[in-house]
Amino acid sequence: MNLEFPVEKGDFTKAGEVSSQIKRTLKKLNVPSGVIKKVVVALFEAEVNVIAHSFGGTITCSIEPKYIKIIVIDTGPGIQDLGLAMTEGYSTASQEIQEIGYGAGMGLPNIKKNSDDLDIYTKAGDHTEITMGFKIENEE
Amino acid sequence: MMEIKKIVEILNAKIVGCKEIEDKNVEYGFSSDLMSDVLTLREDNILLITGLANIQSIRTAELSDIKAIVLVRNKKPNEAMIQMAKESNIALILCNYSMFKTSGLLFQNGLTPIY
Repeated sequence: MNLEFPVEKGDFTKAGEVSSQIKRTLKKLNVPSGVIKKVVVALFEAEVNVIAHSFGGTITCSIEPKYIKIIVIDTGPGIQDLGLAMTEGYSTASQEIQEIGYGAGMGLPNIKKNSDDLDIYTKAGDHTEITMGFKIENEE
Repeated sequence: MMEIKKIVEILNAKIVGCKEIEDKNVEYGFSSDLMSDVLTLREDNILLITGLANIQSIRTAELSDIKAIVLVRNKKPNEAMIQMAKESNIALILCNYSMFKTSGLLFQNGLTPIY
């Protein structure tokens, strides 16, 4: 199953809508709840990043029996220093973002923590593409 | 474990949103206005204690499988928040106390901290 959703920049009232839709789909497909939580948290972090830091982008989600792959791709402007962005607590978020409870510099580190596979392409002046993979293992 | 209705009683609070889950239990308490930190939690059955009265606190709870939120410092949820809480089966507990007092009372009564 393949799903695709556009994400607009700057509209924080919609932050989490895509993650919420994908969560409902995974529940319907009876994906184990522990796996759903990891997918949804990582995806939500990425969704907030697209809204907060990019010019907008697209989230695609492919669901197979044993694996979920999510690609989050934006149209720029790319991350200046990926090493710093992967550091817990480092953030370039605006005050507006922090006032609504995000922008604590936990996004990318939390994506890494929750995904089984992670690949990030980014270049300042170009765009960012995050591919995250999750193994579906049945819980005891 | 603590029943949601006991939490309402201890905090002298009012419950809105999904009221039907007042018989359910929560195991852990976590106090934060920073949703980024809430998203790092792995535990289940968490009560979120927050002063962040906006749609993001409900969304974060929904996506983290949190079933009950205490809104402290007499913050009032708007209609959109109450609606989203109902749709997501989340109880919103409205409380006049500060976050410190709320956390202290619940800790004293046996709610477990996450760390």
